[in-house]
Amino acid sequence: MENYNLVIIGGGPAGLAAAAAAKEAGEDSILILERDNQLGGILNQCIHNGFGLHTFNEELTGPEYANRFIEKVKDLNIEYRLHTMVMDISEQKVVTAMNRNDGMFQIQAKAIILAMGCRERPRGALNIPGYRPAGIYSAGTAQRLVNIEGFMPGREVVILGSGDIGLIMARRMTLEGAKVKVVAELMPYSGGLKRNIVQCLDDFGIPLKLSHTVVDIEGKERVEGVTIAEVDNHGKPIPGTEEHYSCDTLLLSVGLIPENELSKDAGVEMNPITRGPKVNESLETNIDGVFACGNVLHVHDLVDFVSQEATTAGKNAVKYIHNQENKNAKVVPVEAKDGVRYTVPVTIRPECMDDLLTVRFRVGGVYKNHFISVYLNDERIQHRPRQIMAPGEMEQVILQKKQLLAKYDLQKITICLEEK
Amino acid sequence: MYDVVIIGAGVSGCAAARELSRYNVSACVVERADDVCEGTSKANSAIIHAGYDAKEGSLMAKLNVEGNQMMTKLSEDLDIPFKRIGSFVVCTDEKERGGLEMLLERGKKNGVPDLRIVEQDELRKMEPNISDDAVAALYAPTAGIVCPFELTIALAENAVENGVEFKLETTVENIEKTENGYLVKTDRGDIETKCVVNAAGVYADRFHNMVSEKKMTIIPRKGEYYLLDKSAGQHVSHTIFAQPTKMGKGVLVTPTVHGNLLVGPTALDIENKEGVNTTYDGLQEVGQKSGRTVKNLPLRDVITSFAGLRAHEEHGDFIIEEVKDAPGFFDCAGMASPGLSASPAVGKMIADMLRDKLNLSEKANFKATRKGIVKASTLSIEERNELIKKDPKYGNIICRCEMVSEGEIVDAIHRPIPARSLDAIKRRTRAGMGRCQAGFCSPRVMEILSREVADINMENVTKAGGKSRFIVGTNKDRW
Repeated sequence: MENYNLVIIGGGPAGLAAAAAAKEAGEDSILILERDNQLGGILNQCIHNGFGLHTFNEELTGPEYANRFIEKVKDLNIEYRLHTMVMDISEQKVVTAMNRNDGMFQIQAKAIILAMGCRERPRGALNIPGYRPAGIYSAGTAQRLVNIEGFMPGREVVILGSGDIGLIMARRMTLEGAKVKVVAELMPYSGGLKRNIVQCLDDFGIPLKLSHTVVDIEGKERVEGVTIAEVDNHGKPIPGTEEHYSCDTLLLSVGLIPENELSKDAGVEMNPITRGPKVNESLETNIDGVFACGNVLHVHDLVDFVSQEATTAGKNAVKYIHNQENKNAKVVPVEAKDGVRYTVPVTIRPECMDDLLTVRFRVGGVYKNHFISVYLNDERIQHRPRQIMAPGEMEQVILQKKQLLAKYDLQKITICLEEK
Repeated sequence: MYDVVIIGAGVSGCAAARELSRYNVSACVVERADDVCEGTSKANSAIIHAGYDAKEGSLMAKLNVEGNQMMTKLSEDLDIPFKRIGSFVVCTDEKERGGLEMLLERGKKNGVPDLRIVEQDELRKMEPNISDDAVAALYAPTAGIVCPFELTIALAENAVENGVEFKLETTVENIEKTENGYLVKTDRGDIETKCVVNAAGVYADRFHNMVSEKKMTIIPRKGEYYLLDKSAGQHVSHTIFAQPTKMGKGVLVTPTVHGNLLVGPTALDIENKEGVNTTYDGLQEVGQKSGRTVKNLPLRDVITSFAGLRAHEEHGDFIIEEVKDAPGFFDCAGMASPGLSASPAVGKMIADMLRDKLNLSEKANFKATRKGIVKASTLSIEERNELIKKDPKYGNIICRCEMVSEGEIVDAIHRPIPARSLDAIKRRTRAGMGRCQAGFCSPRVMEILSREVADINMENVTKAGGKSRFIVGTNKDRW
């Protein structure tokens, strides 16, 4: 069995930033395991721009953004293995992986960072009725075919779901010569970033129909058309509102699911809302020395925040490896309520946190002119106005270690939305 | 001139082909789809019934019980998964208990072994997620689950290994009586044969009616299903049926041999023999009914839904016989449930009839066993490394959800019935069958298929043959 101090599962933006941060924190025994044929993860197929505004103060494409981190990892001489699928992670931190050259092998790690990213929800998960012909793709699959392989998956396109990949693909398919007829979104609001709605739909005259869903798919061999209908408050189609679109392609952008099968098998506890691990302020899971960051932890809106989060995970993994963790520190739960759907982390050990700690979350609906408030026990310590908040964009609060430590009887931290 | 032409490469046709291949015979199977197992056989409950359902004395009852008994050896011979997990028919109303007794009696008459009624305490111990309303259940330990794709494919492959030809993507358009037998006219030319086996599923009436004055009607009875993620696969450990009551038939909940959970079906008679679309109402119905026998069913873990058509004949029994006014033409029709369960016995019955009709002699070198595609994910580390050393493709995972390697996919493409589409590869290897439903692996499988097969390229790879292409052109071209 091989030994590494730190094994990072996944060489996408999260894994790369975590590796670089760990190395810079003084750890030399690091191995990244990546299942694809190159580092960079899904960014490699995101050839549009808009990445890196927060991290580099410039607009990069996905591959460019990834490359900054890939170069860094290479400059730092961090080991990585490509084409390598991790098959199992044990609670004792034995990683079992496989590739063509090494066969199946095992590594004993002192710490593990989970950075496997997420996958797209398929049609099946939505119970969309109809036939099951060719021509139904998740947006990311279509993105790979177009951007990496150079093939067009269709000519006349209907998109269900207004997640960011779907919006980006509406523009990409249009630029490649396809006709995108409509984007239907089940919810009364978009799941994507405002800027993507403007730049990818509005600028190309593609209609977005909120509170609509696909109620039928026609075509036995290849998609020939879809029917969409308006839905009521419970997401149920309203009879009489059906509209038929002839098309050869249905793209789905209906949600992303963190890929935590390995984590669950290892015994990592999950947050049912994010479908990612429950972590503390160090981004450590319930298993000592197993950390998580990026989209495997919770689905992010911007890769810049993935990189930031992964840096935190990388540093903390090194602290763990060198036994610098305070095992007896007090654990304070973070409660998400009144419009805040979840928080990452879900617990904080004030003694273990950095001077400043970013807590990220999403809201459960569209909130106009609300405050984001933070309570320590019953005492409100932050009350920040926000003009508009929507589920498609991540929100954050920054907590000060000083302030948390000063509250000697701290039992609970609450993050909530409040009306004006 | 063939001795036998079998129309339809579903489980009945393939079982007949395989049993027939025990004899010195020239036979071919004609199938309109691009693969075997493309109709009713691929979309059903995937269970091997014990045999208490069908009316005593019926062909269904006889062949179901026989087929069930044959399945253990057949699954070993053909290297396919089969698990005898047992089934419960759950009674949720004390007043309806008589129904269980009736099934028990019928089962005994049909020759189903070890049937008994279990009371609620024992039932809950055996099946903790059974509904709180359950009062008793009929327990049938011989009931099992099988992979209908692998069963059908294995039967077909073994038939090929024993000399049966398969003509896929070949549609039978007409059948004419000739002096010595029949002329089967297809879109790919005429086929002369002494005998015909009509195993055409929902289309069996069409072919029967081409040769007989006594007309037959097959009604497609649609059943819709949910397939749940493997994370839900342990929710029950037996096949759970709802007792048929005046409230209706109910739906079943069962683990699959691959560890998923299957919930369904509905039962709706329709006219369209191609109507394998799911419907809003049907899927709603499955969801609503599933709670009757099993509690806390994690329906949000659904990964796909599908519909299949049972080939229901109006008299409600299998019709397996030589057509009276068409000698040499054998019907294998009305193969609704328990058609899958009965299939080993159905195949044997048809082969026996043809043996007698054509005076066939047994083949000296019949090969009764067939080796399936290696399931790399079930191997130990040592076994797997052995395999990877021989062929590194087994070290390259293509389908992340089901952990299917490139080696398995390449094998599927080069087998006796070669996989030529993504669905065909999926049914053989499970690549694309998992929770992401081929989102990640489909471009990769397309690449492998176009690399391995000379006349397939990325642009003409299909989902399931015919016009089901994935790609319509290259970027920025204009049409």
